[in-house]
Amino acid sequence: MSSLLTDQTTRPGTLGTNASRPDGAAKVQGGFAFSSDMWADNMLWGATLRSPHPYARIVSIDVTAAWAIPGVETVITADDVPGKPTYGLIVQDQPVFAPVGGFVRYAGEPIAAVAADHPETCKRALAAIKVEYEVLQPVTDPEACISGVAAQIHPDGNIFRHQRIVCGNPDIVGDIQVEGTYEVGMQDQAFLGLEAALAIPDPGSAGVELYIATQWLHEDRKQIAECLSLPEDKVRLVLGGVGGAFGAREDISLQVHTCLLALRTGRPVRIAYGREESFYGHVHRHPAQIWMRHHADRSGKIVKIESRMVFDGGAYCSTSPAVLINGITHTQGPYKCDNAIVDGWAVRTNNPPCGAMRGFGVVQACFAHESQMEKLASVLGMSPVDVRLVNAMETGDTLITGQVMDSVAPVAQCIQKTADIPLPPPLDPNANELSVPGGTGLTALPSNIRRGVGWGVSIKNLMYSEGFDDYSTARCRMDDGVVTLKFATSEVGQGFTMLAQQIARTILGVDEVLLDTIDTQVGSAGSTSASRQTWMSGGAVDAACRAVLSDLLDHAASSRSLDRHSLTIEGTDVVDSSTGLRHPVAEIARGVAFDRTEEYHHPVTEDLDENGQGNCHVAFAFVAHRAVVDVDPDLGLVKVVQIATAQDIGRALNPLSVQGQIEGGIAQGLGLAVMEEIVVADGKVRNPSFTDYLLPTFLDAPDVDIRLIEEWEPKSPLGAKGVGEPPCISVTPAIANAIRNAVGKELPRVPVRPYDICF
Amino acid sequence: MKTNDVPTTPTPLNEHYSLRVNGRDLPVQDAWIGESLLYVLRERLGLPGAKGACEQGECGSCTVIMDGSAVCSCLVLAASATDSEILTVEGLGPDGSLTDVQQAFLDAGGVQCGFCTPGFIVAVHHLLDEIPSPSDLEIKEALSGNICRCTGYGRILEAVRTVAERRSQES
Repeated sequence: MSSLLTDQTTRPGTLGTNASRPDGAAKVQGGFAFSSDMWADNMLWGATLRSPHPYARIVSIDVTAAWAIPGVETVITADDVPGKPTYGLIVQDQPVFAPVGGFVRYAGEPIAAVAADHPETCKRALAAIKVEYEVLQPVTDPEACISGVAAQIHPDGNIFRHQRIVCGNPDIVGDIQVEGTYEVGMQDQAFLGLEAALAIPDPGSAGVELYIATQWLHEDRKQIAECLSLPEDKVRLVLGGVGGAFGAREDISLQVHTCLLALRTGRPVRIAYGREESFYGHVHRHPAQIWMRHHADRSGKIVKIESRMVFDGGAYCSTSPAVLINGITHTQGPYKCDNAIVDGWAVRTNNPPCGAMRGFGVVQACFAHESQMEKLASVLGMSPVDVRLVNAMETGDTLITGQVMDSVAPVAQCIQKTADIPLPPPLDPNANELSVPGGTGLTALPSNIRRGVGWGVSIKNLMYSEGFDDYSTARCRMDDGVVTLKFATSEVGQGFTMLAQQIARTILGVDEVLLDTIDTQVGSAGSTSASRQTWMSGGAVDAACRAVLSDLLDHAASSRSLDRHSLTIEGTDVVDSSTGLRHPVAEIARGVAFDRTEEYHHPVTEDLDENGQGNCHVAFAFVAHRAVVDVDPDLGLVKVVQIATAQDIGRALNPLSVQGQIEGGIAQGLGLAVMEEIVVADGKVRNPSFTDYLLPTFLDAPDVDIRLIEEWEPKSPLGAKGVGEPPCISVTPAIANAIRNAVGKELPRVPVRPYDICF
Repeated sequence: MKTNDVPTTPTPLNEHYSLRVNGRDLPVQDAWIGESLLYVLRERLGLPGAKGACEQGECGSCTVIMDGSAVCSCLVLAASATDSEILTVEGLGPDGSLTDVQQAFLDAGGVQCGFCTPGFIVAVHHLLDEIPSPSDLEIKEALSGNICRCTGYGRILEAVRTVAERRSQES
């Protein structure tokens, strides 16, 4: 039926609305199947034996006693890896299992795995494996790797990457100079849903199906297949429900082990890490030491930046070279800078391996440059806001890499909108003890509290860099009016499945959108990281839906003798602009089927040259944070009262999701600022538990006041920028600057510990 | 493990007892006596709603109601709970429908990865049963034993406020 009625309202569930999550009801009812909830008939449990030593040579492994335990079905070691003995995202330098005669290079490195009838049997089997070690002195000082005095602990050497950036006139000197050496501790992603996987072998162990919580199914499959010596089509990966990721699921952890145990026993095997093992099982945020010197003129304008950054990558490469590049290319922050000399190192030590975590190298650089901006403001007698506004980057500026900023760059707007947000009222002298630092038990007295305000502003690259084509694929089918989307994009909680439905509803004029299983039976989506899936997989879903729309309109034109060029979609109708007549999509689509698969590629980028010059990044996003803190200077306790923020997001495709990403990112940045750190001593993790690794609780969460800067990004397929990483980056230095403001100390390190404040 | 001797195996798994969960008596067969309530609910009784994320009562993902108290089921020995009334997230909504708390979590954006969500849902029901109109500070304190890594708690606070308000208007 055709009509002339027009739909002027925004249809529920389309782009720009707070659509419902397709996984929402299952998640609140407890029925959503996380990878740790997977189960199969005749299933065995797997477990992993790990090294207690950060550096040792394995003299012998005796598994006889483990085999003898009733209920144990298999025990495997390095000898049982049929294919490539090592894996890794950039270089394959990490052993599946440390072999006899070889080395363990970090405390927690896998040596063997078992499969048995019960988790408790597994524990006993692991305890029965006898490993003889020749314990060696671990290399734990990154500087010893750079100077070359440390023993080489891997055939690839102790330097993952060294890269310089030299830009403009390196000899220029500013009237004003400020400098400092800053340190960032090792943060853990601490997702709630621990590593877990279920591997189901094909008959005769000719192949394997793996249900896995990961950020990138296709990259996992590539590495797994090589280690298993199976063709990729014999290794099928299905996304198990993912309980958060934040970078920690980008590397292989239990994938190869689980598949090997299943193929060896011919039975389904599940491995599920506990919290302690999770601390050993995934990479962490790089601890970093950064020296920075800013030169400025008397008006506050930055003249030159000098910096040296050292990232401790731990025992294996993971993404260390890319993290380093992100760090050094963001040295200038969101500020204009014509002259720079930056020297960056990512090194190998016997500390825990480090790799991707939300913010990816930029968190470390930002802590340094925002600490510097505060010093600059102080020396110049300027306000923290003015010194940043004077230097605020704009579209068209040339970065220290020579790349021209061609993203929307509303830095000044982010700062001004944040500054306009009202400050919270002063601490009530009779405040409830839960509102003051330290919380219950009358820990701190309101009369002793000092309030501080601090700022942080950041720039973050979006998507992968340096020539990497991290494309995404999506398939859209419309069959008798029923739309089904298929993609391999990892839904880790961010809500991409919801966004994909919103895109299809908007483009195709349908209300119901089905989602096919997320697995490797379609092309790669790239990783759910680098704030890239809304742009990249959003772009792929958009392209596939538009291709189906084109087919649908072709069909409408031919089947009803309409002018193809005057047909568009409005609401749920096909509209003929030449006549004004409307035809419901459901009627046009009846009895026909369209099926399109499309890839989305971002513009090509390039490697940095020896001077760190090159168009290495795809796009950028910006954000400003202002923190208000209450500090007890005698006890060293901090309460973050309020975070005000304005973020450059391009366009809010789902405002509630944007808000959730911002509030969640701020909590993680707060964690790094005042409480979260993996404490490592002599290469060993001292606090691998939620009792000792402190995470922000409900009572630690500040009030968050948000302004969204919506200026559509013309380069982005949907006008939106990724919003996941920026919230957690500059909030950390904003809080540190607020504490400095309150107590008048330099505090060059995060997390800021109580004794840093007191002594 | 503290010993280098070959340990004794937990098999054969021959313990039999029953638990009263969500109003039903459920037999637990062939169990090892050392299993936690969390393990038995998830692996033996087909109730995977309670989640394990820290094994030491720090994160609240495994929260269930036991005889009217919110407990971390990872810290309860299943075989010691035979005389208790246990309520899990699966037992909250009648006939598979959403409770007001569950609906409010969805409406307010309180769910992202969802791993902490079942524990939060159970804890919020318990909180509002105990304190029907909690202040923000009471909400934060009552839920400070439940860790969420995704949301920063803002949308969860909004969800709890909404339910408390609606309930007070209805009563």
